[in-house]
Amino acid sequence: MAVSGLVMLLYLVVHMYGNLKIFFGPGTFDGYAHWLRTLGEPFFHYEWALWIIRTGLVAAVVAHGVCAYQLSRRDIRSRPVGYVHRRARSSYATRTMRWGGVILALFIVWHILDLTTGTVQRGFVPGHPYHNVVAAFHDWWNNVIYIAAMLALGLHIRHGFWSAAQTLGAGSATRDRVLKGTANVLALLLTAGFIAVPVGVMTGLVS
Amino acid sequence: MKLTLRIWRQHDPDAPGGMAAYDVEGISPDMSFLEMLDTLNERLTVEGQDPVAFDHDCREGICGACSLVINGEAHGPERTTSCQLHMRSFRDGDTIDVEPWRAAAFPVVRDLVVDRGAFDRIIQSGGYVSVPTGAAPEAHATPVPKAAADSAFEHAECIGCGACVAACPNGSAMLFTSAKVNHLGALPQGAPERETRVLDMVAQMDAEGFGGCTLTGECATACPKGIPLTSITAMNREWLRASRKVPRG
Amino acid sequence: MSNPTAYADYTTGEPLADTKAPEGPVEDRWDTRRFTAKLVNPANRRRHTVIVVGTGLAGGSAGATLAEQGYHVVQFCYQDSPRRAHSIAAQGGINAAKNYRNDGDSIHRLFYDTVKGGDFRSRESNVHRLAQISVEIIDQCVAQGVPFAREYGGLLDTRSFGGVQVSRTFYARGQTGQQLLLGAYQALSRQIAAGNVEMHARTEMLDLIVVDGRARGIVARDLVSGEITTHFADAVVLASGGYGNVFYLSTNAMNSNATAIWRAHRRGAHFANPCFTQIHPTCIPRTGDHQSKLTLMSESLRNDGRIWVPRAAGDTRPAAEIPEDERDYYLERIYPSFGNLVPRDIASRAAKNVCDEGRGVGPGGQGVYLDFADAIARLGRKAVEERYGNLFEMYERITAENPYEVPMRIYPAVHYTMGGLWVDYDLQTTIPGLFAIGEANFSDHGANRLGASALMQGLADGYFVLPATVNDYLARNPGHDTPGPEHPAVAAAVAETRERLHRLVGVDGDRSADSFHREIGELMWEYCGMSRNAEGLRKALDRIPQIREEFWRRIKVPGTEGEFNQSLERANRIVDYLELAELMCLDALHRAESCGGHFREESQTPDGEAARRDEEFGYAAAWEFTGTGRAPVLHREDLVFAYVHPTQRSYA
Repeated sequence: MAVSGLVMLLYLVVHMYGNLKIFFGPGTFDGYAHWLRTLGEPFFHYEWALWIIRTGLVAAVVAHGVCAYQLSRRDIRSRPVGYVHRRARSSYATRTMRWGGVILALFIVWHILDLTTGTVQRGFVPGHPYHNVVAAFHDWWNNVIYIAAMLALGLHIRHGFWSAAQTLGAGSATRDRVLKGTANVLALLLTAGFIAVPVGVMTGLVS
Repeated sequence: MKLTLRIWRQHDPDAPGGMAAYDVEGISPDMSFLEMLDTLNERLTVEGQDPVAFDHDCREGICGACSLVINGEAHGPERTTSCQLHMRSFRDGDTIDVEPWRAAAFPVVRDLVVDRGAFDRIIQSGGYVSVPTGAAPEAHATPVPKAAADSAFEHAECIGCGACVAACPNGSAMLFTSAKVNHLGALPQGAPERETRVLDMVAQMDAEGFGGCTLTGECATACPKGIPLTSITAMNREWLRASRKVPRG
Repeated sequence: MSNPTAYADYTTGEPLADTKAPEGPVEDRWDTRRFTAKLVNPANRRRHTVIVVGTGLAGGSAGATLAEQGYHVVQFCYQDSPRRAHSIAAQGGINAAKNYRNDGDSIHRLFYDTVKGGDFRSRESNVHRLAQISVEIIDQCVAQGVPFAREYGGLLDTRSFGGVQVSRTFYARGQTGQQLLLGAYQALSRQIAAGNVEMHARTEMLDLIVVDGRARGIVARDLVSGEITTHFADAVVLASGGYGNVFYLSTNAMNSNATAIWRAHRRGAHFANPCFTQIHPTCIPRTGDHQSKLTLMSESLRNDGRIWVPRAAGDTRPAAEIPEDERDYYLERIYPSFGNLVPRDIASRAAKNVCDEGRGVGPGGQGVYLDFADAIARLGRKAVEERYGNLFEMYERITAENPYEVPMRIYPAVHYTMGGLWVDYDLQTTIPGLFAIGEANFSDHGANRLGASALMQGLADGYFVLPATVNDYLARNPGHDTPGPEHPAVAAAVAETRERLHRLVGVDGDRSADSFHREIGELMWEYCGMSRNAEGLRKALDRIPQIREEFWRRIKVPGTEGEFNQSLERANRIVDYLELAELMCLDALHRAESCGGHFREESQTPDGEAARRDEEFGYAAAWEFTGTGRAPVLHREDLVFAYVHPTQRSYA
């Protein structure tokens, strides 16, 4: 879980960075999207690099999901009879990892259908990402979906990053504050960075 | 004080169980939680009913026998063992729920008593230093840096009560296992068996049917001896290190 | 029902002698004994089974070591895990004559201190061996990974403890017993995993099986299923601890009990010095009738805490309002050279005396102050916290008072029993093949045990002494056939056990086991506690058979024998306390001298100190059982002091 999670986290940082180019106008953004497809040329053919990245990502998502499923099954099996009275003492982020993860998985499907394939979007124009983003966020309910998902993502990362560090044995009593701080900063940065795009469209900053 | 207790009653491992309500009166705030249960049991006995079975022994917070989930928290609202919890932590008129540790690896024996043999088997799988009696070198032959000795002690404080498992939403035994791994791992005496110890103990822990760790931290919050959550991290590190060094198969 | 006065009319039997300790210089005896001991061929050891009852420091270490030597060990504990034995609660430390401090310590000094501390009622050979072995124990425990306190140089730290003037006590914060026990438990676990120890947790020994005069097994009850089982062996080792719980309120664990040793006594093992009880001076005073047990505060607190009471009787002002010149630091006043560090029995009795004078503090006036104000001023709060932090926390949790600001209140409580089954130098009881180790035997502490010596003795017996002497016994008694369940002795033991449990359940009276336990406990505390006199002891001897009779008329045990039944466990233990209490009182009555923890009011010096009477009572009293409520037979073992000459103890 830790390794696949970190792979996705790394991707998200780059993804968010790329997204923010939208604030520099259609030229920059579409140019960036085009560059992504020609990455590695002439060694790679058109879109090869992108597909390599996509394959890696799918592998990470599947591994993360399968591990989560197995872990959840094991955890549920380990307590066949639950407590009548239960009082959780862990943080909200920690307690919502499982369902937050499911929400994020559903969101990823929606996100791809929405902005990669355009299946669910009216007026989707292939090859014009700037246009598509603006069009997508014209629907208020789509904004709600994206913003809610990004808040879930923030929570997921907040516990996930720190937790991955512990799993990989990187934590210690002295390093704990640094790791927790990094997790919080990452969560905040990614949530804010991703939310900036729909907010930008809504406020007319991007149009 | 006057209280209403709702206690899990279960005659034997195979019998169905359920919460039963009891009113208790004349409870002094100076009583320990177990003394409050004694009062109830005394009354039940004289009335000819089965008293509530619960594990307890030293009543000083060190043997690790007592094991009550009180109002949904392992050992109750204070960071201590059930036996060192005093009634002054509750208010007159409170309703208190008392349940046994819940974990597949800790089957209920009767009422609030569970079988924690799984912990013993984890220790048996490697939680020791192999030094037969008489084989020890002079105690001062190997100086141990104070920091290492203190760290070992901090982990060695574990009383094996199982509150970590009871509190963990996943029923994981990582904190218990890591406490022993780190106690012995911190000392030069434990070094020769360092790799096999962590691999074998984790394998045994998994085989016992405990849940997986998702680092919720509830174990360390419930631990009456304050074993820190970083203990689990340190064990993960040990485990990864050992997995690289020892070929598995 | 027996006539109570008849019980006090004991008869005197043949004197008893330890035939196992070799002659010669005391420092050579253990070597000599080990050399003269016969050995069992390692290849044959697997065929010998040894039963060990109890998994504390003595039992755990013995089981592990016997298994390492190749014997098949079958071990029992009533707890759910061998790691929970009550040795775990020992706080202070463990003595060893390492002389790491270069402060004049030596094996001979530890030997001398222990014999003197025991008020000359222990056997020199045994005590010397204990002092010799103390050194090896530390080595063994360190190698096991016991995290003893260390100094910055990485070497072991020591402190001085309870009535000695050298720094020879090794410790692991306030949890030395826990750490040593876990060491033994881990060694035992290793042998369980290796298949050399067959561990029965939640199983309680209820009787001893003696066949043809030899201990050959036990009758036990599986506490989960209620099943009565028999287990056979070539030797049986009792490591079941002391009997302090006869007093109901003590620092023992709630379930610590005397059943194993008492049942062995009933089967022929003599019980020695039952009246020697140690009352520990630094316990948290009781708060009310609901109290189920008393909590000890480590004696190490006396190193820095000062004990005092108000000078005037009936002074109920809070401690802070009592000016310095109206306080009586009575230990420092009476015993200027040892001050607050006098041995336990002296400190306890002094506390009782000031409370009897009406100068006690706290609820009911049953307490004295243990004040850290001076230590905090001298060392700083941080240093005090470092030394005693966990004890202060424990105190605050129990009493809701902060000892950094308000002086602690302490009062003596029953803590340890020096008496136990009589054993020879080989730790063998008067029943061949039955051994007793640790607190279960009477051997090393005489009439008073010094602080940090119980852990030392438990581990010395278990790791080093017993494994050597059992070896000798098995070598000399090879190849017995295992007695089957049909053997009359076995069948009788099983039938008696079943009958007793059945009877307990069948009475269906109106009083709980606890109510009887409290009654006998209060009686014992009153008449056989910190100070005793003939009149009180006779009163107790009159009363005990009455309580016993009432018990069998009115006891109420819900449930059945064939199930998990904690009420039945308790009631069955009280059956034995009701007999043991009688023997303790008789022993206290017959020993018309004061010595160590046994203070007879009739035998004191003009200034109120204990007066020993060596010419009449310089012996260990071993009692032979003749029947419930029937006068036992006294066998005297004369104690010879060739190295440490008896003097009246003086700590002034």
